[in-house]
Amino acid sequence: MEPKNPVVDYLRMDRIPHIWCPGCGLGTVVNCFVRAIKTCDIPRDLISVVSGIGCTGRMAGYLKLDSFHTTHGRPIPFATGLKLANPKLKVIVCSGDGDLFSIGGNHFIHAARRNTDMTIICVNNFTYGMTGGQVTPTTPIEAIASTTPYGNTEEPFNLSHLAESAGAVYVARWTTFHVRQLIKSIKEAVQKSGFSFVEIISPCPTLYGRRNKLGDGLEMMRAFKEKSTVRNGADTREVGLDFKGGIVCGKFIDRERPTYLERYNERMTARLGASYKPYEGVL
Amino acid sequence: MAESKKSKEPRGKVFINSELCKGCGFCIEFCPTNVLEFSNTFNSKGYHPPAAARPENCTGCDLCGIYCPDFAIFGILMKAVA
Repeated sequence: MEPKNPVVDYLRMDRIPHIWCPGCGLGTVVNCFVRAIKTCDIPRDLISVVSGIGCTGRMAGYLKLDSFHTTHGRPIPFATGLKLANPKLKVIVCSGDGDLFSIGGNHFIHAARRNTDMTIICVNNFTYGMTGGQVTPTTPIEAIASTTPYGNTEEPFNLSHLAESAGAVYVARWTTFHVRQLIKSIKEAVQKSGFSFVEIISPCPTLYGRRNKLGDGLEMMRAFKEKSTVRNGADTREVGLDFKGGIVCGKFIDRERPTYLERYNERMTARLGASYKPYEGVL
Repeated sequence: MAESKKSKEPRGKVFINSELCKGCGFCIEFCPTNVLEFSNTFNSKGYHPPAAARPENCTGCDLCGIYCPDFAIFGILMKAVA
């Protein structure tokens, strides 16, 4: 019997081939995500994947897990509701940089502040890939987008620093070149209790690479290989990304903070005593 | 050393689903033992899928499978096949 690809059990193969361009890193991210989930030993019924809109937003549709494709920028509010209604679930948000930090930017910082127990996987390709390559909050200065034909002049977000400042308990960044480290990091993030954040730098050859003369997907991957350095525990203030500059990768933050529900139950028990039954979900 | 290694049975094998391939070349570039190369044939979408040009070098590490964005290739240890 012909052996089977180890990831196809977790994919909706009737929808494959996917819509992503040749050379796009999103397929690699899905591949790493499935491999990480497989090693986590969590029952499949207890995993929920939520995506927003965008190229990365299609991830939820290709995974054979309980998944939901929300409106633009709102995967985190949906995931928060899901987690609070049924705290047994492992809620994972997979979305792009534009969806999570531009349209849904406020939801991100408040979920991190409350330390809601969820995992955010943010695929950062520096542009809005699905709508024509407009400038996003992560597009580096000088980079050309369809809305900045003479080069971007706006300071981009340093996503790792933003996540740390807002209160995330786990912050890591990898590129699609670092597949083994990425699998390990996604596993750690999913198993971590609290708001964990993994940023994945991914090539967008069609709308970012082509305009900025960075070559095709393979050439962008080679550039990730050459320019990236691994610095675990690096100060997130110093890991901002420049146009064509170095990429610092690694696990930056791994700390403990009480999650939203833990703190809520603790406070209510302290105030109301034995008359309060700790909240464990409505289901 | 290299000679004696080559004469041995290959430790792994790659399986390629040519129809899913979009010809990005990630597997060919990042194969640690340089097993793969673009083939001359086309698939139905018009891409050149990879082919195992040096199958004797394969170690079954499955790095091609992890990199592949289209789930079109994977490597497996010979022990697992047999």
